[in-house]
Amino acid sequence: MKTDIILAGVGGQGILTIAACIGLAAVEKNLHLKQAEVHGMSQRGGDVQSHLRISDQEIFSDLIPKGHADIILSVEPMEALRYLPFLSKTGYVITNTVPFNNIPNYPDLDDLNKQIEALPNKIAINADKIAKDIGSSRSSNIVMLGAASSFLKIKIEDLENALHQMFDRKGEEIVNMNIKALHAGKDAAAELMK
Amino acid sequence: MQKLVLLGDEAIAQGAIDGGISGFYAYPGTPSTEVMEYAQRSKEAQQKGIKNTWSANEKTAMESALGMSYAGKRAMVQMKHVGLNVAADAFVNASITGVNGGLIVVSADDPSMHSSQNEQDSRFYGDFAMIPMLEPSNQQEAYDMAHVGFELSEKFNVPVLLRITTRLAHSRSGVKRMEQLEQLKGSLPKDPRQFVLLPAIARKNYKKLLNIQPALMEASENSTYNKYLDGNDKTIGIIACGIAYNYLMENFPNGCPYPIIKLSQYPIPKSYVERLYNDCDEILVLEDGYPIVEEKLRGFLNTGKTVNGRLNGKLPRDGELNPNLVAKSLGINIIEGNNSPEMVMGRPPSLCAGCGHRDMYNALNEAIKPYGEGRVFADIGCYTLGALAPFNAINSCVDMGASITMAIGAADAGLVPAVAVIGDSTFTHSGMTGLLDAVIRNSPITVIISDNSTTGMTGGQDSHALGRIPEICKGLGVDPEHIKIINPLKKYHEENTKIIADELAHHGVSVVIPQRECIQTAARRKRAARKN
Ligand SMILES: Cc1ncc(C[n+]2csc(CCOP(=O)(O)OP(=O)(O)O)c2C)c(N)n1
Ligand code: SF4
Repeated sequence: MKTDIILAGVGGQGILTIAACIGLAAVEKNLHLKQAEVHGMSQRGGDVQSHLRISDQEIFSDLIPKGHADIILSVEPMEALRYLPFLSKTGYVITNTVPFNNIPNYPDLDDLNKQIEALPNKIAINADKIAKDIGSSRSSNIVMLGAASSFLKIKIEDLENALHQMFDRKGEEIVNMNIKALHAGKDAAAELMK
Repeated sequence: MQKLVLLGDEAIAQGAIDGGISGFYAYPGTPSTEVMEYAQRSKEAQQKGIKNTWSANEKTAMESALGMSYAGKRAMVQMKHVGLNVAADAFVNASITGVNGGLIVVSADDPSMHSSQNEQDSRFYGDFAMIPMLEPSNQQEAYDMAHVGFELSEKFNVPVLLRITTRLAHSRSGVKRMEQLEQLKGSLPKDPRQFVLLPAIARKNYKKLLNIQPALMEASENSTYNKYLDGNDKTIGIIACGIAYNYLMENFPNGCPYPIIKLSQYPIPKSYVERLYNDCDEILVLEDGYPIVEEKLRGFLNTGKTVNGRLNGKLPRDGELNPNLVAKSLGINIIEGNNSPEMVMGRPPSLCAGCGHRDMYNALNEAIKPYGEGRVFADIGCYTLGALAPFNAINSCVDMGASITMAIGAADAGLVPAVAVIGDSTFTHSGMTGLLDAVIRNSPITVIISDNSTTGMTGGQDSHALGRIPEICKGLGVDPEHIKIINPLKKYHEENTKIIADELAHHGVSVVIPQRECIQTAARRKRAARKN
C-alpha cells in the first residue's frame, strides 16, 4: 500500500496543516512517511507545494517522481493544474474552485473551470462556501482534506484523532469546527462521486 | 525507543541534543533555520540549559561555537551555504586550531536556488579545510550523524562539516532516538597554545592536520555511513552521494542490479572507488550540487573509463536532482503526467499587503525621480522583492551588507546620490562596518534602513537591531542631524517623501529609518501573547 499526494496552494493558505494532519494519522498507524515542504521565499504569496508519501514499506525519495502521484490535493484551482506532470494516469485531482488571485495575469475563470472539467478524474468543490456555511470560514483547507479523505486509505476517525492532537490546546470549539469541516468536505465529495 | 517525525533540520537539532551538545550558534538562513528554531522550542534543551540564542551573523556564530569547543564543551554552528562564505575565515582556521570539545558545522546547501543567490556546494569548503564531512541521505542519518559527529570531531581533533541540502532539510520522516548523552564538564585544551595561531604554532598545527589525513581516509573506509552494495550487472557502477541515493533506489523498488557506493562520509573512501572502477565498465556519479566527486574521478585529462554525470550531460550541470533525472541518466523510461496547461501562470512571491517596505518604496521611488534611475543598491531580505513590479525600485542584491558598500563605490565613481536599502537584521549582520566606511570617507550616500523589527524573510526571528539602530548610527559617527526616523504608512506618504528627498540632497552620509513592525511578526507576537 502506497499513497503519493501532491498538496498545492499559495503561501499562507494552510496546506502544511493538511499535510501535518495526514502525517500524524499515518504515523499513528505505524506507516512510513515522507513529507517534503516548501519553506522560505515562496511562502510570501508564491506557489507552494508539499510532496506527501505514505506507505507500509520503506520510502526512499522525499520527492514524488513525475507521473506517480495518486492525488493532487489543491486548495486553489490554478495551482491544481500546475502539478499535472506529477499525476499518474489514474490519479485524481481534488481541488477547491475558489481562485486566489494575487497576480495580474491570472487566467480567465471560465477557461480555468473548463480545464478542470476536462480532467478525467476530478473532484472540484467550493470549499470556501462549504466552510462558510458551517460557520467556519477559516477551515476551507480542512474541508479539502475531508474531500480527499476517502482516497487516503486512512480512516476518517484517524484523521479526527489527528485534528484533536493538533488543535486540542486551542480549545474544544476549534477542534469541533475542524471536525465538522472535515465531514462537510467528505460529504461534498461523496455527493459528486455518486 | 520512541519515534519522532522530524524535518531533516529538526533531526539534526535533536541528534545534537541527545549527543551531549552544550550550545547551538547560528544566524537564520533557508534551509538551515529550523535547526535553531527546534533547539529554541525544545523543552529538553531548556531543561539542560543548552545555549540557543541567535548570533549577529555566521562568523560570530562560528567563532562563538569555537570558543565553546575551546572551553571543552560540545558545540554546533548552523548556517545556509552562503553563510559559510561569511564564516569562512573562522571555519578554515578552525581546522588549523583543532578543537577541544566536539564541534559540528552544519551547512545547508540550496541546489536550484529555491531561496538563495547561488547554489554553491559546501563540500568544497570541507575539502579545502581538510576535515571529515558527513552527508546524510535521510532524516535518520541526519539525527545519527549529529549525535556521533561530536565524537568524530573529538577523536581527530578537528571540526566536522555536516552538509545537507534543501530537500532533506525541509522534509519530514520518522526518526528513532539513540542514547541521551550528558554534556561534557568543560576543560581547557591540554596544550595551552593550541589555539594561538602564531606562524610557528600554526605551522606545527597544519602539519598535524596533514598527518591525520590517512586516518580520516581510514575512518571513511570503516564508516557505517558508507556502503559498497554489490550488483550483478557490471555495465555501470554508481556512486550515490547523500540524498541522491534515495533518488536512485526510488527507481529500483526491487533492488538495484548495478554495484553502488552509497557515499555519506568524506574523504571519499578510496578502496571502494578502486573496486567499483575495476569491476565496472563505466561509472555514474549522482550528487546533489556541484560535480565534485565526478570531477575528482575524471581527473583533469579524463583519460580513464567513462565517468558519467553532470559534466558529460547525462545529468543537468545545474539544479537539484530528482528521481526522474536519475531515471533518465540510467535510461529508465518513466511515464510522466500531462503537461500543465499554458494558462498556468507563474506566481512569484511578493511583499505582503500592508507591509511597511511597500510604503518605503513608494516614498523612495517618488523622491528619487529627479535624479534618474539605476542608483538604488539593495540588500537581502523581504525588501528585495522591491525589485519586482509594481515597484521596480532596486538595482542590486548581491550578498548581505553589500548595499551600503556598493553605494560607496558607485558614489566614488560619480553616481551621486547613491542610495542603499538594507533591512534591520541585515544591517547588524554586516551593514555596520560598511556604514563606518561611508562615515570615514564622507560618502554622498543615503542609507535607508527599513526597520521592521524582525528578520522577516526567514520567518520572523528576533533581530539584533531591535531598538538600537539610531544609537548604532550615531555611535558609528553619522551626523545626528541626518538620522531621520519615519513611519512608513500611506497617510504619511508626502511627509516621508520629503524627508527622503531632503536627505538625497545632502552631500554626505545620511540615514533614513522607516520603522514599522512586520505585520506577520506582529500577528505572531499577538497570538503568542494571547496563549500565555
Ligand atoms: C550570508 C547570508 N546569511 C543569511 C541569509 C538568509 N537571509 C536572507 S534575507 C535574511 C533576513 C533579512 O532580514 P532583514 O534584513 O531584517 O529584512 P526583512 O526580511 O525583515 O525585510 C536572511 C537571514 C543570506 N541570504 N545570506
Ligand atoms: S513577512 Fe513582514 S517584512 Fe516580509 S513582506 Fe510580509 S510584512 Fe513585509
